[in-house]
Amino acid sequence: MKIGKARVPYLLLLPGFAFLFTFFILPILNLAQTSTQTPVKGGDTGEYEQSFAFSNYINAFVDNKEQFGRSFVYATLATILALAIAYPLAYAIAFKSGKFKNILLVLVVAPFFTSFLLRTVAWKQILGEEGFIVPTLRSLHIISEQTTLTSTAFAVVAGMTYNFLPFMTLPLYASLERIDPRTIEASGDLYANGLTTFRRVTVPLSMPGVVAGTLLTFIPAAGDYVNAAILGSPNTKMIGNVIESRYFKIVDYPTAAALSFTLMAAILILVTLYIRKAGTEELV
Amino acid sequence: MSQKIKDATIPTIPTKARISRWFGRNMLRIYMIFGFTYLFIPVAYTFVFSFNDSGKSNLIWKGFTLSNWQNPCGAPEVCNALGNSIKIGVLATTFATILGTMIAFAIGRYQFKGRSSSNLLIFLPMATPEIVLGASLLSLFLVFKINPGFWPTVIAHVMFCTSFVVVTVKARIASLDPRLEQAAMDLYANELETFRRVTLPLVAPGIAGAALLAFSLSFDDFIITNFNSGTLITFPKFVYVSAARGIPAQANVIGSSMFFLALAIVIAGQLVNRKKAR
Amino acid sequence: MSNDAISARGDLRLTRITKSYGDFNAVDDLTLTIPKGSFFALLGPSGCGKTTTLRMVAGLEEPTVGSIHLGDTDITTTRPYQRPINTVFQNYALFPHLTIFENIAFGLRRRGIKDVKEQVDKVLSLVELPHLAGRKPTQLSGGQQQRIALARAIVNRPALLLLDEPLGALDLKLRRQMQIELKWIQREVGLTFVHVTHDQEEAMTMADTIAVMNEGRIEQMGSPADLYDDPETAFVANFLGQSNLIKGKIEGNDGDNLVIDLFGQKISMPKKRSHAVDNSMYAGIRPEKFRISRTGTPTRGNTLTGGHIEDVSYIGVSTQYVVAMPWGQELMVFEQNDDGVAPFDKGDEVVISWEPTFTFGLRGDEDIEAGTEVNPEEPAEE
Repeated sequence: MKIGKARVPYLLLLPGFAFLFTFFILPILNLAQTSTQTPVKGGDTGEYEQSFAFSNYINAFVDNKEQFGRSFVYATLATILALAIAYPLAYAIAFKSGKFKNILLVLVVAPFFTSFLLRTVAWKQILGEEGFIVPTLRSLHIISEQTTLTSTAFAVVAGMTYNFLPFMTLPLYASLERIDPRTIEASGDLYANGLTTFRRVTVPLSMPGVVAGTLLTFIPAAGDYVNAAILGSPNTKMIGNVIESRYFKIVDYPTAAALSFTLMAAILILVTLYIRKAGTEELV
Repeated sequence: MSQKIKDATIPTIPTKARISRWFGRNMLRIYMIFGFTYLFIPVAYTFVFSFNDSGKSNLIWKGFTLSNWQNPCGAPEVCNALGNSIKIGVLATTFATILGTMIAFAIGRYQFKGRSSSNLLIFLPMATPEIVLGASLLSLFLVFKINPGFWPTVIAHVMFCTSFVVVTVKARIASLDPRLEQAAMDLYANELETFRRVTLPLVAPGIAGAALLAFSLSFDDFIITNFNSGTLITFPKFVYVSAARGIPAQANVIGSSMFFLALAIVIAGQLVNRKKAR
Repeated sequence: MSNDAISARGDLRLTRITKSYGDFNAVDDLTLTIPKGSFFALLGPSGCGKTTTLRMVAGLEEPTVGSIHLGDTDITTTRPYQRPINTVFQNYALFPHLTIFENIAFGLRRRGIKDVKEQVDKVLSLVELPHLAGRKPTQLSGGQQQRIALARAIVNRPALLLLDEPLGALDLKLRRQMQIELKWIQREVGLTFVHVTHDQEEAMTMADTIAVMNEGRIEQMGSPADLYDDPETAFVANFLGQSNLIKGKIEGNDGDNLVIDLFGQKISMPKKRSHAVDNSMYAGIRPEKFRISRTGTPTRGNTLTGGHIEDVSYIGVSTQYVVAMPWGQELMVFEQNDDGVAPFDKGDEVVISWEPTFTFGLRGDEDIEAGTEVNPEEPAEE
């Protein structure tokens, strides 16, 4: 339906888009520009000039390919784990919770309200040497005296899984909740057993939620450095940790920019391929 | 029907089969209990340790005390950090909600040239890792010789919250029956009155939800804030910095209070909604 | 101009209206006059353009070509809120955030009318729901919502009330009851009602005048009885009730009657009931107009011999027969169950007869399936 004049939508977009242009697009362009700079000869620390040094990218990647690899492996693992945990949870809330549906939904989001850093630190302490889990496991001889749970890749992946779980659960719930329960009954009526119904009806119908949830988990996980910093060790550094230290400790802006740009490009390419494959264009 | 006949007609099920059937039926419920336990362990831990008579480092349980709750600002900097986070959150939420709602109306209500690229521009900030958003914005501020601090942080928060507002409000607008607005126009309300009396009240819950989301995103943000806040301390930054040497129990008090406050707001909202629907 | 529109009164005239969406003409060169005070129905299958027509009258769409007048005022481009026209929307479109009282008061308040309370109370008692004023729309049943939607529109005393499939969401029993009530309210308030529907029974029950629409055009317009009795096109003959259309040839005249050859058997019909343009035509007879009798018994009027009963369905008030004719066509015959027994069995040899004045004639080049393949019960457009 048309209301009013053709100018209206543009006027509505103007302030927001001017803002996003200035503080999102422009910084990204500037980042691209920074990424090919080199230090000014004889200049101070942090002084750089443009010299179109595309070799920055190659150096940055070669020097940090381990951390890149780790970021994508950890993020993928965390995404798969989160999906495995969240799917039955979302399914149960959508189909088996009856009148408690709204309360349970609030409970999924509720942990959000305690600062995620506090929760991550809490995990560190629960899983740490002074927590109750490690001594218990040791006294039961399930783990050896030397084994720790924190400062390991396991802890980092577990932390990310935990922190991004609601991002996975909510979109999954939203798409599961939209499924007409009659389609599931119809599938049963047409000789499909429980498992076949789930595989042939429920899962395909919930695909939009799966796609949205995995993206909302994978993207922040791949760029995360907080979990690695709190729960990990120097051996679990991710690309986020490198970018952070390049900026703040080494003041090497071009490398940090090149790394950021590579990360962003890699994620965008993966996401595009993934969306193509999953066949769901309508995400937003 | 008498009890006798009932007993006679129903064949008895072996205990083993009965147990496995019970598990089959309740598997999801059991799973749900485990899932929620997992979600709430650190929340419960944080709450419990807010009562720890810990002194400076809140690592080991040393005894129960209410003093942390009686004096939440007892630890140095903690209330200052909280105050900064609230100020930034309120400002960022306000701006992001206004900008995002306008964009949502443009995209949700009008057909215009460039609509799909507008959608892309909204999607991109959400698809960009926070560290890239934070780092790129910091580079821009440095180019313009703007020192990181309070306002750069507010700007950064508005930037990443706006997309979430747009998506939330747009969903609400999309679920709005266009016939309601047509009915208002049919009943002598001009465009402005239709917007004020019908569209806005109906979209308002979506806007409120978006604002709540924006505030919690802003309040909880660490990565982008860390890049753009300079020496300014926010609550997440405070927790991060003190994580190494043990967080004061006052931080747990604040975290737990936020949890209960937000829960109360959500429950109150639900109750109001239910009352309205009746 | 626009401020005058609100007080315009008189007949509604649509002049050569076309509404195009790209290459598709939803409404195609439509001209129509709806007299003041009438109960007018636009009837047609989904996608025929009736709802688009209604929306143009309401001001929610603008015609691509053509003009709309209310009395002497041109309202073609007038904004919806400046027209003295109100709509009862499909699914009612009651404002969910406002009480019933405020829903009804909405239009009055926008026009700055003083005695809002009094008028709302009055219309609430007209629709017999005064006790619901404080409720919210979601707390009402479908039938109650329907009446509130009606009250919200008529409280404004518009020059024209548009009803867009107003009873579509109600169950059959309630629909019947509301049909009678709507008609009564229309007489009570004396407004012009324009009613859009795909339900021919609903249109016939309520409207004084029906315009049958098909593919953006008006097929035929008239009183329900005229349309049923003397349809001018195969579409109208099939869409309004059922018809038997038999291919024939006009052989000649016999006074005011035509003599027609139907596969070798001669029948006659009044000349003025034929809409054929040349010698070829279809003779149309409604199933209930046929009489059926055993071969060999005497008959009156037009007679077709050589049939045999193909199928019998007993449906209470009547029995429906399918009679196979020698030329391969199957005719539908409805017989009243006056005596309570079905006198014919499958396979019986029968003769069919009817009064010549019940015959109507259609052009020989018509598509006799027109209007049969559309399912009138399917949900309406949009």
